[in-house]
Amino acid sequence: MSEKNKWYKLNLGLNRNKKTATTCGCGNSEGNCNSKKEKKLSEQEFYDSAVDASIGDEREKDGFDQVFDVSMDRRSAFKKLTASLLIGAGAISSCTSVIKSDEGKEKAQIDWEEQFKGNYKLMTDEEKEKTVNRLMRSYELRTGKNISMSSKNAEEDVLFGYAFNISKCQGYMNCVSACVEENNQDRKSQKQYIRIHEMKDGEGFNFNTADDNYYHEVPAEGHFYMGTQCFHCDNPPCVEVCPVKATWREDDGIVVVDYDWCVGCRYCMAACPYDGRRFNWTKPEVPEEEINKNQHYLGNRMRKKGVMEKCTFCIQRSRQGQNPACVEACPTGARIFGNLLDPSSTIRWVLENKKVFRLKEDLGTEPKFWYFMD
Amino acid sequence: MKQLNVLKSLVIDSLDTITKGTKKYHIWMGFLTLVMIIGMYCYSIQLEKGLSVTGMSDRVSWGLYISNFTFLVGVAAAAVMLVMPTYVLKDIDFKQAVLIGEGLAVSALIMCLAFVVADMGGPSVLWHMIPGIGVFNFPNSMLTWDVIVLNGYLFINISIPFYILFQHYQNKEAKKKVYVPGAVLSVFWAVGIHLVTAFLYQGLQARPFWNNALLGPRFLASAFAAGPALIILVLAIIRSFTTFNIPDKTIKKIALIVTVAAQINLIMLVSELFKEFYAPTHHSESAFYLFFGLHGKDALIPWIWTAIPMNVIATIILTFGKFRNNLKVLYFCCVLLFVAIWIEKGFGLIVPGFIPGPYGKIAEYLPTGIEVGVTIGIWALGAFVFTILAKTAIGIELGELRYKNK
Repeated sequence: MSEKNKWYKLNLGLNRNKKTATTCGCGNSEGNCNSKKEKKLSEQEFYDSAVDASIGDEREKDGFDQVFDVSMDRRSAFKKLTASLLIGAGAISSCTSVIKSDEGKEKAQIDWEEQFKGNYKLMTDEEKEKTVNRLMRSYELRTGKNISMSSKNAEEDVLFGYAFNISKCQGYMNCVSACVEENNQDRKSQKQYIRIHEMKDGEGFNFNTADDNYYHEVPAEGHFYMGTQCFHCDNPPCVEVCPVKATWREDDGIVVVDYDWCVGCRYCMAACPYDGRRFNWTKPEVPEEEINKNQHYLGNRMRKKGVMEKCTFCIQRSRQGQNPACVEACPTGARIFGNLLDPSSTIRWVLENKKVFRLKEDLGTEPKFWYFMD
Repeated sequence: MKQLNVLKSLVIDSLDTITKGTKKYHIWMGFLTLVMIIGMYCYSIQLEKGLSVTGMSDRVSWGLYISNFTFLVGVAAAAVMLVMPTYVLKDIDFKQAVLIGEGLAVSALIMCLAFVVADMGGPSVLWHMIPGIGVFNFPNSMLTWDVIVLNGYLFINISIPFYILFQHYQNKEAKKKVYVPGAVLSVFWAVGIHLVTAFLYQGLQARPFWNNALLGPRFLASAFAAGPALIILVLAIIRSFTTFNIPDKTIKKIALIVTVAAQINLIMLVSELFKEFYAPTHHSESAFYLFFGLHGKDALIPWIWTAIPMNVIATIILTFGKFRNNLKVLYFCCVLLFVAIWIEKGFGLIVPGFIPGPYGKIAEYLPTGIEVGVTIGIWALGAFVFTILAKTAIGIELGELRYKNK
């Protein structure tokens, strides 16, 4: 278990170990295991290994990625190089001959269509479904496993908002690790959408002296905690500056990125006043068994190197009526999420009954992320 | 059809010219090629491993590439300082220098585009930015404005000299009616490219260091000092290596332009420093970081304290006509100014914009070897392109290259 979470160095304290000990066998160290339970059945694993044992080798030799995207030692490199040469020769003749397998052809077809598809925002619902189907099929062809990917649009009369209770947050960072696991973030670079700032009592909200990379037992004496992430501004500067409209505000208020349309210029990153965006400086890697297979096109599907990504309020969850992973993981109840247009929602109650405030309101970005204290 | 034949002959002749030359010329071109190959090798590593091989991070997300891009836009814009008097004010002094200036603009623009592409995370999907095929977020994104003005400027600066040289190649006089409107347009366009590039940064409310009304004008002033300074140096080199006649008068006139621009630049610097340090606010932290360091982090101090004295000394020396008219002193001042502004408008402008970060985090930036390799490679590319353009242009202007009708 600790091996599995090696990438995450910030939260190895008591709290986490306790949780690990009580894990219910779903392989998920965080409190919630419902979402992943079905996909981690031992039957499934059995099936996978059986398939691997019988056709695993063939699968390995099939397709460009399987040959080139593997770490190998020098001995096997020659073997694979020969195999890849054969495949290369096959690819050249594939347009006319019938030698190449149907699977290989299909994969090439998918890669071609994916490379030249349009901007997701401008797609019709039909086209959205097509690309999602292509991506699922491509994953199946590459790994032999299935994922479910949604292209669910925003629902009417929904506008998501978020509130953060500064009095309650103790800096445990369960939200951070739940976010990383839920959203398939790169494990090596410890990419985190959420930053928890540890601030000194008596200094107020002084970000300059705050520490957003602490590593010690929490809550630390004489400190309080405050989390930041993408605030899903109603007037987002990052959206304005994108030269190719690869990022936009959805109708339910979520600011999303089309990872396949992004050209990686990082202008949005410079424009964001809230440090809400992250860039894939390397090829993001998630161990196969840790991949969250419940995905959304605009949310936690696997990213490529050289593109932007960010918090999407866990669009794959929130559009299904669930809370984002950070809200669910928070043991203190400091995080509140809901529909701002629903008068009976908790978030509305907080906004109406608490003295709420937002960060850097003077910039006119209208964040949909409020802070309050008990 | 005849025009096509002339063009074909021009291409063959110019290929002939650029592949022949003195030993020094071949060593120079060979050296540039070697540097370019090293740069390409570094870039191939970057392509394979991603931008993680650079010093950039989520905290400082633009670095050496964008710094050089910003500076070179200024160099490209500076060609206008030569175009204006020659074509518009009918000051014939500059005529020889103009072709060189425009060649410099073209190579600077090619370098700009190369730096932008090098900075992209996904160069393979750059077609997303092409209007028509992709999605062009115009007019909202200043980056799309920049794409338009840079490519437009590139087009203007290729077509005007091409027309003139093409006519001269056929022993014809270039028609004023044809190229003067283009030259006038390029004057406004040059101001446009630099102002738009400044707006790229100026328009970000997230970065107070950039979000200041003086940024655009100061860009212009510094560009019109650094660009012509480079032109003076290039003219000096061309003068000593070819028979191309560039009178002292031309160089001295350009020196006057450099001086005035450098003086205005200095006034604006004083204004900026006053604003940041007389009544420092939370928004002055980037300037504090740049000039004095913040919380013990001081990577940029040596750079900026090299640049500022160089800038001031060069400007003071140039102000006195006696020194300015001494060519050796002038060249020395031009080198000082060019380096000073490269630091100030590159590194000194882009990096502190990100430091401290939106929540006060100070993460320093240092370019890696690969980043430096790619950067030097792109500079070599610029020098290579310029050498080719200049050699052809000089050949035509000297009458060595002429269209021979069969």
